[in-house]
Amino acid sequence: MLIGSQTWEFSSKPAIIGSSAVVGPDEGKGPLAADFDYVFDNLELGETTWEKAERKLLEHAGSIAIMQAGISKEQLQYFVGGDLMNQIISASFAARTFGAPYLGVFGACSTSMESLALASLMVDSGNAGYVLAGTASHNCTVEKQFRYPTEYGSQKPPTAQYTVTGSGCAVVSAKGSGPRVTHATIGKIQDLGISDPFNMGAAMAPAAADTIVAHFRDTGKTPQDYDLIVTGDLAAVGLPIVKDILKQDGTFMDQTDFQDCGLMIYDRGKQPYVFAGGSGCGCSAVVTYGHILKRIQKGDLNRVLIVATGALLSPLSYQQGESIPCIAHAVAIEKEGL
Amino acid sequence: MGTKTRPGSKVKLNSLSLDAKNYKQIAKKHEPSRNVFANCVRAFLAGGVICVIGQAVQEFFKAVFDMTEREAANPTVAVMIILSIILTSMGVYDKIAQWAGAGSAVPVTGFANSMCSSALESRTEGLVLGVGANMFKLAGSVIVFGVVAAFIVGVIYAIFGIQVRHL
Repeated sequence: MLIGSQTWEFSSKPAIIGSSAVVGPDEGKGPLAADFDYVFDNLELGETTWEKAERKLLEHAGSIAIMQAGISKEQLQYFVGGDLMNQIISASFAARTFGAPYLGVFGACSTSMESLALASLMVDSGNAGYVLAGTASHNCTVEKQFRYPTEYGSQKPPTAQYTVTGSGCAVVSAKGSGPRVTHATIGKIQDLGISDPFNMGAAMAPAAADTIVAHFRDTGKTPQDYDLIVTGDLAAVGLPIVKDILKQDGTFMDQTDFQDCGLMIYDRGKQPYVFAGGSGCGCSAVVTYGHILKRIQKGDLNRVLIVATGALLSPLSYQQGESIPCIAHAVAIEKEGL
Repeated sequence: MGTKTRPGSKVKLNSLSLDAKNYKQIAKKHEPSRNVFANCVRAFLAGGVICVIGQAVQEFFKAVFDMTEREAANPTVAVMIILSIILTSMGVYDKIAQWAGAGSAVPVTGFANSMCSSALESRTEGLVLGVGANMFKLAGSVIVFGVVAAFIVGVIYAIFGIQVRHL
């Protein structure tokens, strides 16, 4: 049901009955390593191309989520997914493996919550019983497509971010037990003229702020209603900007634990090559489906708001001097039985 | 760019209204500063070390193979290119470059790195449409503008009748 101007309230509270996070070696060295379901010790994953490796991440995460949900592949009714590759090949090719009816979505790094919001909507409206939502990114495919060849010697500025190698998937269901999806706020595109692809945090921060404000306006909630609010991949540059903007606007995020997945996934002190922090489709997906859902299930957290942020640029658009349009989608998840 | 108005280029929150101009100031405030001086020193040191290695290789060819300075130049460049390609293939050159900046980009080793990394990256797309077509993706512009610059300098020399003396 639509509440306010851009928020869906899921009255049946669809359950996340299975979830998984599969990551690469660098994420496996980070502080959340113990929460991931599978850590690959190399970037190749035994595949011949980076693109195949990314697809394997998604296939792997998808099958673990289906297994955890306790359903068979045939029971899966829809797969909603996307990724960062041109023509979202990773999600589409993985959908070939899953065999379920498939909706491909693109929201850059916000795809994790875009797909979860859509999956929950399908389940809540009674149009599906089991929906798999998922996304993946691979450091080398993204470097190759959006930046320079991986081995090219260019100096990155301190605002640069490091694409997460990983995939997160969730099975959303009308019945069964697991954390509940209660709301989703669909973001508007925001573009305040940042055109530096090495400064995604600053480009995406206004979109995150806008979606957070819209969520509270639509639902009548305040930051205090959540035990944890995380943004997707704003990292060390973007998160302080959002804090600053929201404070000036009168939304006091210091009433809650306000963090960023891009900062949580790596230890920037021990992993200086990540620069400002993590990014990519996999970033918010693996932190949410790996770390945060586990904390909810443990009873550590009751209500969480995940604001996945996406920079909707293409290598072509920034070479033509265009600024970076950005988006953020927020999904509220709560503990079962609240 | 940036200050150009485009549809929807304003963000209105509860009380705060952001436009490209005032947002840029907020964003700038949170941007970590880049140490230009330290980068220059590193580039100077790294570039210098690469040149010293090159000089040593040249001296080696002169001493061992009894070459003149001009004869030793080509094999020296070849050795530097091979070294760069080995380091690129081993995944080391990009790490050196993060520290060295322009110091490892400007010498011939940087040019070799740009070609080798492009070739490696596009290997999966095949030899012709992959490696062959993409090898000069980054290095191509160096060649184009190198030729254009050489042409302009050549014209200036021709007009002013400056005698070009080769070594």
